[in-house]
Amino acid sequence: MSELFRKDASVLAGLVSSGEVSAVEVAQAHLDRIAAVDGEVHAFLHVDTEGALASAAAVDAKVKAGEKLSVLAGVPLGLKDILATNGLPTTCGSRILDGWIPPYDATVVTKLREAGVVILGKTNMDEFAMGSSTEHSAFGPTHNPWDMERIPGGSGGGSSACVASFEAPLAIGTDTGGSIRQPAAVTGSVGVKPTYGGVSRYGIVALASSLDQAGPCARNVLDTALLHSVIAGHDPMDATSIKAPVPDVIAAAKRADIKGMKVGIVKELGGEGYQAGVRSRFEESVALIESLGAEVVEVSCPSFPAALAAYYLILPSEASSNLAKFDGIRFGNRVGDDGTKSVEQVMSETRAAGFGSEVIRRIILGTYALSAGYYDAYYGQAQKVRTLIKQDFDAAFAKVDVLISPTAPTTAFKIGEKLDDPLAMYLNDVATIPVNMAGLPGMSLPIGLAPEDNLPVGLQIIAPAMADDRLYNVGAAIERELLAKWGGSILGMAPELAGA
Amino acid sequence: MSGISQEDVAHLARLAHIDIPAEELGHYAKQLDAILNAVAEVSSLDTANVAAMSHPVPMTNVFREDIPGVSLTAEQALSGAPAVEDERFRVPRILDEE
Amino acid sequence: MAEAIMNYDEAISKFDPVLGLEVHVELGTNTKMFCGCSTVFGAPPNTQVCPVCLGLPGALPALNKIGVESAIRIGLALNCEIAEWCRFARKNYFYPDMPKNFQTSQYDEPIAFEGYLDVEIDTDEGRKTFRVPIERAHMEEDTGKNSHVGGATGRIHGADYSLVDYNRAGIPLIEIVTKPITGTGKYAPEVAKAYVAALRDILRGLGVSDVKMEQGSLRCDVNLSLRETPESKLGTRSETKNVNSLRSVERAVRYEVTRHAARLAGGESIVQETRHWHEDTGISTSGRAKSDAEDYRYFPEPDLLPIAPSREWVEELRAALPENPAVRRARLVADWGLSEIDMNTVVNSGALDLIVEAVDAGVDPAAARKWWTGELSRIANDRGIELEELPVTPAHLKRLEELISTGSLNDKLARQALEGVIAGEGDIDAIVAARGLAVVSDDGPLLAAIDEALAADPAVAETIKSGKLAAAGSVVGAVMKATRGQADAARVRELLFEKLGVSE
Repeated sequence: MSELFRKDASVLAGLVSSGEVSAVEVAQAHLDRIAAVDGEVHAFLHVDTEGALASAAAVDAKVKAGEKLSVLAGVPLGLKDILATNGLPTTCGSRILDGWIPPYDATVVTKLREAGVVILGKTNMDEFAMGSSTEHSAFGPTHNPWDMERIPGGSGGGSSACVASFEAPLAIGTDTGGSIRQPAAVTGSVGVKPTYGGVSRYGIVALASSLDQAGPCARNVLDTALLHSVIAGHDPMDATSIKAPVPDVIAAAKRADIKGMKVGIVKELGGEGYQAGVRSRFEESVALIESLGAEVVEVSCPSFPAALAAYYLILPSEASSNLAKFDGIRFGNRVGDDGTKSVEQVMSETRAAGFGSEVIRRIILGTYALSAGYYDAYYGQAQKVRTLIKQDFDAAFAKVDVLISPTAPTTAFKIGEKLDDPLAMYLNDVATIPVNMAGLPGMSLPIGLAPEDNLPVGLQIIAPAMADDRLYNVGAAIERELLAKWGGSILGMAPELAGA
Repeated sequence: MSGISQEDVAHLARLAHIDIPAEELGHYAKQLDAILNAVAEVSSLDTANVAAMSHPVPMTNVFREDIPGVSLTAEQALSGAPAVEDERFRVPRILDEE
Repeated sequence: MAEAIMNYDEAISKFDPVLGLEVHVELGTNTKMFCGCSTVFGAPPNTQVCPVCLGLPGALPALNKIGVESAIRIGLALNCEIAEWCRFARKNYFYPDMPKNFQTSQYDEPIAFEGYLDVEIDTDEGRKTFRVPIERAHMEEDTGKNSHVGGATGRIHGADYSLVDYNRAGIPLIEIVTKPITGTGKYAPEVAKAYVAALRDILRGLGVSDVKMEQGSLRCDVNLSLRETPESKLGTRSETKNVNSLRSVERAVRYEVTRHAARLAGGESIVQETRHWHEDTGISTSGRAKSDAEDYRYFPEPDLLPIAPSREWVEELRAALPENPAVRRARLVADWGLSEIDMNTVVNSGALDLIVEAVDAGVDPAAARKWWTGELSRIANDRGIELEELPVTPAHLKRLEELISTGSLNDKLARQALEGVIAGEGDIDAIVAARGLAVVSDDGPLLAAIDEALAADPAVAETIKSGKLAAAGSVVGAVMKATRGQADAARVRELLFEKLGVSE
């Protein structure tokens, strides 16, 4: 038997439920893996050894008692540090929350615990999910397991890196403009942003309330589907959560049949500005999709070029309001309270000391976009652009069943390369942003390595609202062919990590 | 869409309650100016007949019954507080009456 | 430092006042507006909080259905249109009692708008109806409570630090805003007071709030500006807060008129500001300058979905509204044949509902009025309790009146019987029996008592016989005392006059 930490989540779940391997053994194997490699990768901000082993032991007790288990009982997982965990530190990658221990669990966390998933710890992220490289974490960047000098993507670089480095078979990320999909693409793993409202946002520290969604990360489509099915569903604590039943993503992942499907290539997502190797791998995927019996056509979504601009008006606006609660009054670090200053001064000093520069930049931008006299031209206008984007998607889905594009314009760039140019950094999300703007579900699937740098490339699949299952069907069909072609997971081609 | 000045950044920082040091105002102003120029293109789109998107989820009337739920204990509520006195959150001097 | 004021009549002769009234109502729901925390008053600090109303990272609001229903009912009772589709909005500003540093409120999409309330005031020309135009009623949430430590008076100025309790954060509020109220002339203070009083009655009638101004479940901010003539454009207004009673509303309006007038006449402009009313000294003092207008950066609340009350639901609520209090009063005045003054007495005593209840159960309206505004009000006042707390039912009053009309009880004995009811001694008949309350109907003991009283005061017989019939009162009084109030006073008087050979 190969090492436990190299196994898929579905396999581990089977081993645990059959009693062949204990959940504690599985957890320990992953904790050992983390100890061996995370010094380099830095995917984790906090490892909860005690809690993980206790959860695992509880699962083993259930197995012994013959109780019914969930599909993922005993499987370890990394949680992006933006989800509130009762009794576990939650920093959102920010100094302002360094040391904060929430008194409650996010609904997603409750569901994971109830399913017997073993939470190993909290993973690294760009501060308050603002970024596409995890370089804006106040606690140091995460490194891409494919090349330690490169970024793992962001804002959820920690989650994708921890599955790509085999520290956990599963992770939870959040995606506001691509923060699950882009890291998945540049680390050679799978990541899904569900339909907006498909997964409860209760307990997930809000960045842009109308765009945020939590979603599953894993190394293959089926594992991702299993995790999706555990975390999705209506939550009365989240007024924006969908009441309709969760689509059967597991069945879709097993079906993996796209014969007769219509697949659309979005003209505006791809082409110039996209790295050559990204484009060539994308074109190969198109050929593969056609070979599987699907029809591929080109569609045009003319509003998409404006999506990035509209996004960078809506996100900072909502974020500037969502982040106002970080003032050192009720929780978090307070700076400057020497007994002489006013509360206004202490709040302002606290925030200046606690927030990083990207966060401050976006708060100022958002404050501007919402201010009297500017609202109509900026935020108001951007919300209209959202309608146009949704209309373009609706028109496209009238002709096709799913849409595809490259997930990101480039492969993983070097740490530090884009730090000084915020606009250049924002461009990483140019293909993923329209999906959040319309509230649709999207997946990133590894489709190979770019020949020029041997770094992973991702394919983005987009489905209509509430048709998340289509992502899994299409993704699994493509994946099966690629696995056959590669002789196994693409991650088998990744360099061995030094500490391993 | 005119440029953002240092004074603008200072004013916005006051509104947002972030004490940005004077020497950093110019740097932020420049970056924000660049970003604003880039996002200004949204105004070039024809949105005359377009309604703003209200919510991505097309639902309305989501209500909760007026039935008590679970509250935190005072200990839990105060657990993260930087300063506590008398079971309350202690805060520095408030100057202005609201 | 007291500001200059002008004599009110002079001020009114020179200027035309324009009023604006903002009233906040605390709803009496079981739970807060956006979370399931209890709203019961007086709990230990920070025990009625949760991640939502504490503004913890990650928490999300969940809208209280009764909050929405109450807002619609209030809007309907104020003759408003109810929005077909509306949203919440975030009002962004920083303050320590604001858990999220934004208030979830409504901005340009209130749930109710374009209404009015007719109020009646006494004028030189008699009673007049005045229509107060209402701009909007919308839903929002209350803040936590700050207490200030270290200063002299427990108020903000001079305090070293503050302590915050979030129990009240998230309590549902409905804000009702009038349009500028013009044409009141010198009656501005009366109109303001009448409006708040009428609003209070309506809200109480709807059962949405206990509307106690002294406790803060009904709050009023008074806005006032002056202009030269009714044709001039509006002047600069000031806003006055801490107006905690109906009396304060009237006085604050009057004071602001005199203060504005003095400034304007003196060539100074009005500062657009928020002022604080001091009921003890009868003045307002300057608070925050409102001109440094906070930019609230309103935008639609993304965490809550739009509210689109169906027209069926609205009509259902409208059909179930209680009768408008003013309309009901007018109807009762006609039904009962009361004068306005008498009706005012009834309403001011807080007994109207109790009287109506008694009348509905068959008690004579005059009798019901007599008991509730008379003896029972006195008893309630003495004990410092509300009328509603007295365990007196319509059945009690009905029985009392029956016994009085048959002569078994007189007024004095009936009061003793009521005392017994309040003391929990049982129903009327049981009390009458136990206490031996009965009008003496046999003339024998009465004549004996009269003889005794006359014997004790020999001169009085002559006084009466000489024509001073009023002197009979002292004899009757003595007899009533001797019989422990159980004599029928009228019969005693009759017998006395018979005895003395005098006719009335």
